[in-house]
Amino acid sequence: MLLRVEDLHKRYGREEVLRGISFSLEKGETKVIIGPSGTGKSTLLRCINRLTEPDRGRIFLEDVEITSPKADINKIRAQIGFVFQDFNLFTHLTALDNVRLGLMRVKGLPKKQATERALRELARVGLADKAKAYPAELSGGQQQRVSIARALAMDPKLILFDEPTSALDPELIGEVLSVMVDLAKSGMTMLVVTHEMGFARSVADEIIFMEKGVIVEQGPPEQLFKHPKHPRTAEFLRRITELYGGEG
Amino acid sequence: MALEPWLKVWTNLPSFLQGLSLNLALLGGLLALGLVLGILLAILEVYGSRPLRYAASAYVWLFRSIPEVLLLLLFWFGPARFGVRLSPFAAAVLALGLRSAAYQAQIFRGALRAVPAGQMLAARALGLSKFQAVRFVLLPQALRLSLAGWGNEFAVVLKDTTLAYAVGVAEVLQRARALSVVELPLTLPAYFTVALLFLGVTYGGLFALGALEKRLRIPGLEARR
Repeated sequence: MLLRVEDLHKRYGREEVLRGISFSLEKGETKVIIGPSGTGKSTLLRCINRLTEPDRGRIFLEDVEITSPKADINKIRAQIGFVFQDFNLFTHLTALDNVRLGLMRVKGLPKKQATERALRELARVGLADKAKAYPAELSGGQQQRVSIARALAMDPKLILFDEPTSALDPELIGEVLSVMVDLAKSGMTMLVVTHEMGFARSVADEIIFMEKGVIVEQGPPEQLFKHPKHPRTAEFLRRITELYGGEG
Repeated sequence: MALEPWLKVWTNLPSFLQGLSLNLALLGGLLALGLVLGILLAILEVYGSRPLRYAASAYVWLFRSIPEVLLLLLFWFGPARFGVRLSPFAAAVLALGLRSAAYQAQIFRGALRAVPAGQMLAARALGLSKFQAVRFVLLPQALRLSLAGWGNEFAVVLKDTTLAYAVGVAEVLQRARALSVVELPLTLPAYFTVALLFLGVTYGGLFALGALEKRLRIPGLEARR
Protein backbone atom coordinates (compact mmCIF):
# COMPACT_ATOMS: atom_id res chain seq x y z
CA MET A 1 0.00 0.00 0.00
CA LEU A 2 1.45 3.36 -1.02
CA LEU A 3 -0.79 5.81 0.84
CA ARG A 4 -3.03 5.14 3.81
CA VAL A 5 -5.24 7.79 5.40
CA GLU A 6 -6.84 6.88 8.72
CA ASP A 7 -9.68 8.78 10.37
CA LEU A 8 -8.57 12.26 9.32
CA HIS A 9 -10.18 15.26 11.00
CA LYS A 10 -9.74 18.96 10.37
CA ARG A 11 -11.60 21.87 11.85
CA TYR A 12 -11.51 25.56 10.88
CA GLY A 13 -12.96 27.46 13.81
CA ARG A 14 -16.40 26.00 14.44
CA GLU A 15 -16.67 24.27 11.12
CA GLU A 16 -15.42 20.72 10.88
CA VAL A 17 -14.20 20.41 7.30
CA LEU A 18 -12.99 16.82 7.49
CA ARG A 19 -14.93 14.45 9.71
CA GLY A 20 -13.11 11.16 9.74
CA ILE A 21 -11.72 10.39 6.30
CA SER A 22 -10.16 6.97 5.67
CA PHE A 23 -8.99 5.50 2.40
CA SER A 24 -5.90 4.06 0.76
CA LEU A 25 -4.08 4.08 -2.53
CA GLU A 26 -2.09 1.27 -4.12
CA LYS A 27 1.05 1.91 -6.13
CA GLY A 28 0.15 2.83 -9.71
CA GLU A 29 -3.46 3.53 -8.87
CA THR A 30 -5.40 6.65 -9.86
CA LYS A 31 -8.22 7.69 -7.59
CA VAL A 32 -10.47 10.63 -8.29
CA ILE A 33 -12.22 12.56 -5.55
CA ILE A 34 -15.47 14.24 -6.54
CA GLY A 35 -18.06 16.15 -4.58
CA PRO A 36 -19.70 19.54 -4.17
CA SER A 37 -17.60 22.65 -3.49
CA GLY A 38 -16.68 23.28 0.12
CA THR A 39 -16.79 19.66 1.19
CA GLY A 40 -13.15 19.50 2.20
CA LYS A 41 -11.62 17.94 -0.91
CA SER A 42 -8.80 20.48 -1.19
CA THR A 43 -8.26 20.45 2.55
CA LEU A 44 -7.88 16.69 2.39
CA LEU A 45 -5.18 16.94 -0.29
CA ARG A 46 -3.33 19.62 1.65
CA CYS A 47 -3.45 17.54 4.80
CA ILE A 48 -1.75 14.68 3.00
CA ASN A 49 1.51 16.61 2.57
CA ARG A 50 0.76 18.71 5.64
CA LEU A 51 0.52 22.06 3.88
CA THR A 52 -2.45 22.09 6.22
CA GLU A 53 -1.96 20.40 9.59
CA PRO A 54 -4.72 17.87 10.31
CA ASP A 55 -6.21 17.93 13.80
CA ARG A 56 -6.53 14.20 14.21
CA GLY A 57 -5.90 10.98 12.31
CA ARG A 58 -2.87 9.38 10.73
CA ILE A 59 -1.40 9.31 7.24
CA PHE A 60 1.21 6.86 5.99
CA LEU A 61 3.33 7.03 2.85
CA GLU A 62 4.42 3.42 2.49
CA ASP A 63 5.58 2.66 6.03
CA VAL A 64 6.50 6.24 7.00
CA GLU A 65 3.98 8.10 9.12
CA ILE A 66 3.63 11.58 7.60
CA THR A 67 1.61 12.81 10.55
CA SER A 68 4.24 11.82 13.10
CA PRO A 69 5.72 14.83 14.89
CA LYS A 70 9.13 13.34 14.22
CA ALA A 71 8.58 13.05 10.46
CA ASP A 72 11.04 14.93 8.25
CA ILE A 73 8.29 16.77 6.43
CA ASN A 74 10.50 18.39 3.77
CA LYS A 75 11.87 15.00 2.81
CA ILE A 76 8.36 13.56 2.63
CA ARG A 77 7.01 16.47 0.58
CA ALA A 78 9.80 15.97 -1.93
CA GLN A 79 8.28 12.52 -2.58
CA ILE A 80 4.74 13.82 -3.07
CA GLY A 81 4.03 15.98 -6.08
CA PHE A 82 1.37 18.67 -5.72
CA VAL A 83 -0.40 20.34 -8.63
CA PHE A 84 -2.41 23.41 -7.67
CA GLN A 85 -5.60 24.73 -9.18
CA ASP A 86 -3.96 28.07 -9.98
CA PHE A 87 -0.58 26.53 -10.94
CA ASN A 88 1.53 28.61 -8.55
CA LEU A 89 4.53 28.60 -10.82
CA PHE A 90 7.36 30.69 -9.42
CA THR A 91 6.73 34.01 -11.12
CA HIS A 92 10.34 35.16 -11.27
CA LEU A 93 11.69 31.95 -12.82
CA THR A 94 11.58 30.58 -16.35
CA ALA A 95 9.81 27.29 -17.04
CA LEU A 96 13.20 25.57 -16.94
CA ASP A 97 14.15 27.13 -13.60
CA ASN A 98 10.74 26.31 -12.15
CA VAL A 99 11.35 22.64 -12.86
CA ARG A 100 15.03 22.83 -11.89
CA LEU A 101 14.63 24.53 -8.51
CA GLY A 102 13.55 21.48 -6.53
CA LEU A 103 16.11 19.28 -8.25
CA MET A 104 18.95 21.58 -7.28
CA ARG A 105 17.85 22.87 -3.88
CA VAL A 106 15.98 19.88 -2.47
CA LYS A 107 17.65 16.95 -4.21
CA GLY A 108 21.03 18.65 -4.47
CA LEU A 109 21.60 17.73 -8.12
CA PRO A 110 24.41 19.57 -9.91
CA LYS A 111 23.21 22.16 -12.40
CA LYS A 112 24.05 20.15 -15.50
CA GLN A 113 22.15 17.06 -14.40
CA ALA A 114 19.24 19.13 -13.11
CA THR A 115 19.02 20.92 -16.45
CA GLU A 116 18.99 17.68 -18.42
CA ARG A 117 16.33 16.22 -16.20
CA ALA A 118 14.21 19.38 -16.27
CA LEU A 119 14.36 19.58 -20.06
CA ARG A 120 13.32 15.94 -20.29
CA GLU A 121 10.26 16.59 -18.10
CA LEU A 122 9.35 19.70 -20.09
CA ALA A 123 9.56 17.63 -23.25
CA ARG A 124 7.34 15.01 -21.65
CA VAL A 125 4.57 17.59 -21.20
CA GLY A 126 5.20 18.94 -24.71
CA LEU A 127 6.88 22.19 -23.73
CA ALA A 128 10.55 21.70 -24.62
CA ASP A 129 10.40 24.86 -26.74
CA LYS A 130 9.11 26.96 -23.83
CA ALA A 131 12.00 26.32 -21.44
CA LYS A 132 13.13 29.95 -21.51
CA ALA A 133 9.64 31.44 -21.13
CA TYR A 134 8.43 33.05 -17.92
CA PRO A 135 5.06 31.95 -16.50
CA ALA A 136 3.37 35.18 -17.58
CA GLU A 137 4.36 34.42 -21.16
CA LEU A 138 2.58 31.06 -21.11
CA SER A 139 -1.11 30.21 -21.48
CA GLY A 140 -2.92 28.74 -18.49
CA GLY A 141 -2.74 25.27 -19.98
CA GLN A 142 0.98 25.59 -20.60
CA GLN A 143 1.54 26.87 -17.07
CA GLN A 144 -0.29 23.90 -15.63
CA ARG A 145 1.77 21.53 -17.77
CA VAL A 146 4.97 23.17 -16.49
CA SER A 147 3.71 22.70 -12.97
CA ILE A 148 3.12 19.01 -13.71
CA ALA A 149 6.67 18.79 -15.08
CA ARG A 150 7.90 20.48 -11.89
CA ALA A 151 6.18 17.79 -9.84
CA LEU A 152 7.36 14.94 -12.09
CA ALA A 153 11.00 16.01 -11.99
CA MET A 154 11.16 15.16 -8.30
CA ASP A 155 10.41 11.48 -9.04
CA PRO A 156 7.44 11.52 -6.70
CA LYS A 157 5.86 8.36 -5.37
CA LEU A 158 2.51 10.05 -5.67
CA ILE A 159 1.08 13.18 -7.23
CA LEU A 160 -1.84 15.10 -5.74
CA PHE A 161 -3.90 17.17 -8.18
CA ASP A 162 -6.12 19.87 -6.68
CA GLU A 163 -8.70 20.73 -9.37
CA PRO A 164 -5.94 21.09 -11.98
CA THR A 165 -8.25 22.27 -14.76
CA SER A 166 -10.73 24.43 -12.84
CA ALA A 167 -8.87 27.69 -13.48
CA LEU A 168 -8.49 27.02 -17.21
CA ASP A 169 -10.42 28.28 -20.19
CA PRO A 170 -12.44 25.40 -21.64
CA GLU A 171 -10.29 25.12 -24.78
CA LEU A 172 -7.15 24.63 -22.67
CA ILE A 173 -8.49 21.86 -20.44
CA GLY A 174 -7.85 19.13 -22.99
CA GLU A 175 -4.08 19.58 -23.19
CA VAL A 176 -3.74 19.27 -19.41
CA LEU A 177 -6.05 16.27 -19.17
CA SER A 178 -4.20 14.46 -21.93
CA VAL A 179 -0.92 14.86 -20.04
CA MET A 180 -2.65 13.46 -16.96
CA VAL A 181 -4.11 10.54 -18.89
CA ASP A 182 -0.62 9.67 -20.19
CA LEU A 183 0.74 9.89 -16.67
CA ALA A 184 -1.90 7.56 -15.29
CA LYS A 185 -1.20 5.09 -18.10
CA SER A 186 2.52 5.22 -17.39
CA GLY A 187 1.81 3.90 -13.91
CA MET A 188 2.07 7.06 -11.83
CA THR A 189 0.12 6.96 -8.59
CA MET A 190 -2.35 9.83 -8.62
CA LEU A 191 -4.97 11.31 -6.36
CA VAL A 192 -7.07 13.81 -8.29
CA VAL A 193 -9.74 16.23 -7.13
CA THR A 194 -11.70 17.25 -10.21
CA HIS A 195 -15.06 18.01 -11.72
CA GLU A 196 -14.00 16.47 -15.05
CA MET A 197 -16.29 13.46 -15.07
CA GLY A 198 -15.02 12.25 -18.44
CA PHE A 199 -11.52 12.01 -17.01
CA ALA A 200 -12.80 10.35 -13.83
CA ARG A 201 -14.75 7.81 -15.78
CA SER A 202 -12.05 6.83 -18.22
CA VAL A 203 -8.93 7.01 -16.05
CA ALA A 204 -9.85 6.43 -12.42
CA ASP A 205 -9.44 3.02 -10.88
CA GLU A 206 -11.77 4.19 -8.20
CA ILE A 207 -13.91 7.25 -7.51
CA ILE A 208 -14.42 8.69 -4.07
CA PHE A 209 -17.54 10.78 -3.56
CA MET A 210 -17.14 13.22 -0.69
CA GLU A 211 -19.71 15.47 0.88
CA LYS A 212 -19.68 17.59 4.05
CA GLY A 213 -16.36 16.22 5.22
CA VAL A 214 -17.09 12.52 4.90
CA ILE A 215 -16.72 9.91 2.19
CA VAL A 216 -20.26 9.05 1.14
CA GLU A 217 -19.38 6.34 -1.31
CA GLN A 218 -16.41 4.95 -3.19
CA GLY A 219 -16.01 2.40 -5.95
CA PRO A 220 -15.03 1.76 -9.57
CA PRO A 221 -16.34 4.39 -12.02
CA GLU A 222 -18.80 2.05 -13.74
CA GLN A 223 -20.41 1.12 -10.47
CA LEU A 224 -20.63 4.71 -9.25
CA PHE A 225 -21.92 6.14 -12.49
CA LYS A 226 -24.34 3.33 -13.35
CA HIS A 227 -25.44 1.98 -9.98
CA PRO A 228 -24.68 4.45 -7.22
CA LYS A 229 -25.63 2.97 -3.85
CA HIS A 230 -26.29 6.25 -2.16
CA PRO A 231 -29.04 8.66 -3.30
CA ARG A 232 -26.69 11.64 -2.64
CA THR A 233 -24.17 10.20 -5.10
CA ALA A 234 -26.82 9.78 -7.77
CA GLU A 235 -28.09 13.31 -7.19
CA PHE A 236 -24.61 14.84 -7.40
CA LEU A 237 -23.68 12.90 -10.53
CA ARG A 238 -26.91 13.93 -12.20
CA ARG A 239 -26.28 17.60 -11.46
CA ILE A 240 -22.61 17.56 -12.42
CA THR A 241 -23.23 15.82 -15.75
CA GLU A 242 -25.92 18.39 -16.54
CA LEU A 243 -23.38 21.10 -15.79
CA TYR A 244 -20.27 19.72 -17.44
CA GLY A 245 -21.67 17.21 -19.94
CA GLY A 246 -21.54 13.42 -19.72
CA GLU A 247 -18.27 12.53 -21.38
CA GLY A 248 -16.36 15.69 -20.38
CA MET B 1 24.45 89.55 -9.39
CA ALA B 2 28.20 89.84 -9.41
CA LEU B 3 30.07 87.00 -11.01
CA GLU B 4 33.07 87.24 -8.73
CA PRO B 5 31.69 85.38 -5.68
CA TRP B 6 30.63 82.51 -7.94
CA LEU B 7 34.08 82.24 -9.49
CA LYS B 8 35.57 82.29 -6.03
CA VAL B 9 33.30 79.48 -4.88
CA TRP B 10 34.11 77.45 -7.94
CA THR B 11 37.83 77.70 -7.32
CA ASN B 12 36.90 75.76 -4.19
CA LEU B 13 35.19 73.07 -6.24
CA PRO B 14 37.86 70.43 -5.53
CA SER B 15 37.21 70.86 -1.81
CA PHE B 16 33.48 70.61 -2.41
CA LEU B 17 33.95 67.43 -4.40
CA GLN B 18 36.13 66.01 -1.66
CA GLY B 19 33.29 66.75 0.76
CA LEU B 20 30.78 65.20 -1.61
CA SER B 21 32.88 62.03 -1.84
CA LEU B 22 32.48 61.75 1.94
CA ASN B 23 28.71 62.11 1.53
CA LEU B 24 28.75 59.37 -1.07
CA ALA B 25 30.91 57.07 1.05
CA LEU B 26 28.55 57.69 3.93
CA LEU B 27 25.59 56.97 1.66
CA GLY B 28 27.14 53.71 0.49
CA GLY B 29 27.87 52.58 4.01
CA LEU B 30 24.50 53.46 5.45
CA LEU B 31 22.55 52.00 2.54
CA ALA B 32 24.50 48.74 2.73
CA LEU B 33 24.01 48.45 6.47
CA GLY B 34 20.36 49.40 6.12
CA LEU B 35 19.84 46.94 3.26
CA VAL B 36 21.25 43.90 5.03
CA LEU B 37 19.63 44.68 8.36
CA GLY B 38 16.41 45.88 6.72
CA ILE B 39 15.95 42.61 4.81
CA LEU B 40 16.64 40.63 7.96
CA LEU B 41 14.15 42.69 9.98
CA ALA B 42 11.50 42.35 7.28
CA ILE B 43 11.93 38.56 7.16
CA LEU B 44 11.65 38.40 10.94
CA GLU B 45 8.56 40.61 10.92
CA VAL B 46 6.81 38.51 8.31
CA TYR B 47 8.02 34.96 9.00
CA GLY B 48 9.52 35.08 12.48
CA SER B 49 8.16 33.48 15.62
CA ARG B 50 6.17 35.80 17.85
CA PRO B 51 9.06 37.02 20.06
CA LEU B 52 11.23 37.68 17.00
CA ARG B 53 8.38 39.54 15.34
CA TYR B 54 7.95 41.73 18.38
CA ALA B 55 11.68 42.37 18.65
CA ALA B 56 11.84 43.44 14.99
CA SER B 57 8.79 45.68 15.36
CA ALA B 58 10.26 47.26 18.49
CA TYR B 59 13.48 47.99 16.63
CA VAL B 60 11.61 49.64 13.77
CA TRP B 61 9.52 51.69 16.17
CA LEU B 62 12.60 52.83 18.11
CA PHE B 63 14.63 53.95 15.13
CA ARG B 64 11.72 55.66 13.44
CA SER B 65 10.88 57.63 16.57
CA ILE B 66 14.17 59.36 17.33
CA PRO B 67 15.14 62.49 15.37
CA GLU B 68 18.07 61.90 13.07
CA VAL B 69 20.33 64.57 14.47
CA LEU B 70 19.70 63.23 17.94
CA LEU B 71 20.61 59.72 16.77
CA LEU B 72 23.84 61.08 15.32
CA LEU B 73 24.70 62.79 18.59
CA LEU B 74 23.84 59.67 20.61
CA PHE B 75 26.10 57.49 18.46
CA TRP B 76 28.86 60.07 18.65
CA PHE B 77 28.79 60.76 22.38
CA GLY B 78 27.31 57.45 23.57
CA PRO B 79 30.15 55.03 22.76
CA ALA B 80 32.71 57.63 23.85
CA ARG B 81 31.09 57.63 27.29
CA PHE B 82 32.01 53.93 27.53
CA GLY B 83 35.50 54.43 26.23
CA VAL B 84 34.76 53.31 22.65
CA ARG B 85 36.15 55.93 20.28
CA LEU B 86 34.30 55.91 16.97
CA SER B 87 35.43 58.18 14.17
CA PRO B 88 32.80 60.78 13.23
CA PHE B 89 32.35 58.93 9.96
CA ALA B 90 31.77 55.56 11.66
CA ALA B 91 29.32 57.10 14.12
CA ALA B 92 27.40 58.66 11.23
CA VAL B 93 27.29 55.40 9.22
CA LEU B 94 25.99 53.54 12.27
CA ALA B 95 23.39 56.11 13.28
CA LEU B 96 22.04 56.72 9.78
CA GLY B 97 22.43 53.08 8.68
CA LEU B 98 20.58 51.62 11.67
CA ARG B 99 17.87 54.20 11.10
CA SER B 100 17.63 53.47 7.40
CA ALA B 101 17.31 49.77 8.26
CA ALA B 102 14.04 50.55 10.04
CA TYR B 103 12.65 52.34 6.99
CA GLN B 104 13.98 49.80 4.51
CA ALA B 105 12.43 47.02 6.62
CA GLN B 106 9.03 48.62 5.98
CA ILE B 107 9.64 48.58 2.23
CA PHE B 108 10.72 44.93 2.18
CA ARG B 109 8.01 43.83 4.57
CA GLY B 110 5.35 45.30 2.31
CA ALA B 111 6.92 43.63 -0.70
CA LEU B 112 7.16 40.23 0.99
CA ARG B 113 3.49 40.50 1.93
CA ALA B 114 2.64 41.42 -1.67
CA VAL B 115 3.95 38.09 -2.99
CA PRO B 116 0.91 35.81 -3.41
CA ALA B 117 0.54 33.10 -0.74
CA GLY B 118 0.56 30.38 -3.40
CA GLN B 119 4.28 30.97 -3.99
CA MET B 120 5.17 29.90 -0.46
CA LEU B 121 2.76 26.95 -0.68
CA ALA B 122 4.26 25.73 -3.95
CA ALA B 123 7.79 26.09 -2.59
CA ARG B 124 7.00 24.15 0.58
CA ALA B 125 5.12 21.51 -1.44
CA LEU B 126 8.33 20.88 -3.39
CA GLY B 127 10.15 20.12 -0.15
CA LEU B 128 11.99 23.40 0.31
CA SER B 129 12.41 24.45 3.92
CA LYS B 130 10.85 27.73 5.01
CA PHE B 131 14.27 29.37 4.91
CA GLN B 132 14.95 28.06 1.40
CA ALA B 133 11.50 29.16 0.25
CA VAL B 134 12.19 32.69 1.45
CA ARG B 135 15.70 32.69 0.02
CA PHE B 136 14.96 31.27 -3.44
CA VAL B 137 11.32 32.14 -4.09
CA LEU B 138 9.95 34.93 -1.88
CA LEU B 139 12.93 37.25 -1.56
CA PRO B 140 13.89 37.42 -5.27
CA GLN B 141 10.33 38.47 -6.05
CA ALA B 142 10.00 40.85 -3.10
CA LEU B 143 13.29 42.61 -3.84
CA ARG B 144 12.18 43.32 -7.39
CA LEU B 145 8.89 44.68 -6.11
CA SER B 146 10.85 46.86 -3.64
CA LEU B 147 12.98 48.72 -6.16
CA ALA B 148 10.62 51.68 -6.62
CA GLY B 149 10.22 52.21 -2.88
CA TRP B 150 13.92 51.70 -2.37
CA GLY B 151 14.69 54.47 -4.87
CA ASN B 152 12.68 56.76 -2.65
CA GLU B 153 14.68 55.76 0.42
CA PHE B 154 17.87 56.32 -1.56
CA ALA B 155 16.85 59.88 -2.46
CA VAL B 156 15.93 60.66 1.15
CA VAL B 157 19.04 59.30 2.86
CA LEU B 158 21.32 60.81 0.25
CA LYS B 159 20.30 64.23 1.51
CA ASP B 160 20.38 63.06 5.12
CA THR B 161 24.13 62.56 4.80
CA THR B 162 24.49 66.35 5.12
CA LEU B 163 23.36 65.97 8.73
CA ALA B 164 26.66 64.29 9.52
CA TYR B 165 28.10 67.79 10.03
CA ALA B 166 26.53 67.49 13.51
CA VAL B 167 29.28 65.08 14.53
CA GLY B 168 31.99 66.88 12.60
CA VAL B 169 32.20 64.99 9.32
CA ALA B 170 33.69 67.37 6.74
CA GLU B 171 30.96 66.65 4.21
CA VAL B 172 30.05 68.97 1.37
CA LEU B 173 27.50 71.20 3.11
CA GLN B 174 29.90 71.65 6.02
CA ARG B 175 32.51 72.95 3.59
CA ALA B 176 30.07 75.40 1.99
CA ARG B 177 29.15 76.63 5.42
CA ALA B 178 32.79 77.07 6.39
CA LEU B 179 33.38 79.12 3.25
CA SER B 180 30.40 81.38 3.91
CA VAL B 181 31.50 82.02 7.46
CA VAL B 182 34.83 83.35 6.21
CA GLU B 183 33.33 85.47 3.42
CA LEU B 184 29.69 86.39 3.79
CA PRO B 185 29.06 87.25 0.07
CA LEU B 186 29.94 83.67 -0.83
CA THR B 187 27.04 82.23 1.19
CA LEU B 188 24.41 81.98 -1.53
CA PRO B 189 26.74 80.87 -4.36
CA ALA B 190 28.24 78.22 -2.07
CA TYR B 191 24.89 76.79 -1.00
CA PHE B 192 23.60 76.98 -4.53
CA THR B 193 26.58 75.00 -5.77
CA VAL B 194 25.92 72.30 -3.17
CA ALA B 195 22.29 72.15 -4.28
CA LEU B 196 23.43 71.65 -7.89
CA LEU B 197 25.75 68.85 -6.85
CA PHE B 198 22.89 67.07 -5.08
CA LEU B 199 20.63 67.52 -8.06
CA GLY B 200 23.24 65.79 -10.16
CA VAL B 201 23.86 62.92 -7.76
CA THR B 202 20.14 62.29 -7.19
CA TYR B 203 19.51 62.26 -10.91
CA GLY B 204 22.41 59.88 -11.53
CA GLY B 205 21.38 57.55 -8.70
CA LEU B 206 17.74 57.35 -9.71
CA PHE B 207 18.77 56.85 -13.33
CA ALA B 208 20.98 53.93 -12.31
CA LEU B 209 18.20 52.42 -10.20
CA GLY B 210 15.78 52.80 -13.09
CA ALA B 211 18.22 50.97 -15.35
CA LEU B 212 18.62 48.24 -12.74
CA GLU B 213 14.85 47.90 -12.49
CA LYS B 214 14.62 47.54 -16.24
CA ARG B 215 17.41 44.97 -16.31
CA LEU B 216 15.80 42.87 -13.58
CA ARG B 217 12.34 43.16 -15.05
CA ILE B 218 10.51 39.90 -15.49
CA PRO B 219 7.24 39.66 -17.40
CA GLY B 220 4.35 39.35 -14.97
CA LEU B 221 6.36 40.55 -12.00
CA GLU B 222 6.01 44.30 -11.84
CA ALA B 223 5.16 46.53 -8.94
CA ARG B 224 1.57 47.53 -9.52
CA ARG B 225 1.49 51.29 -9.58
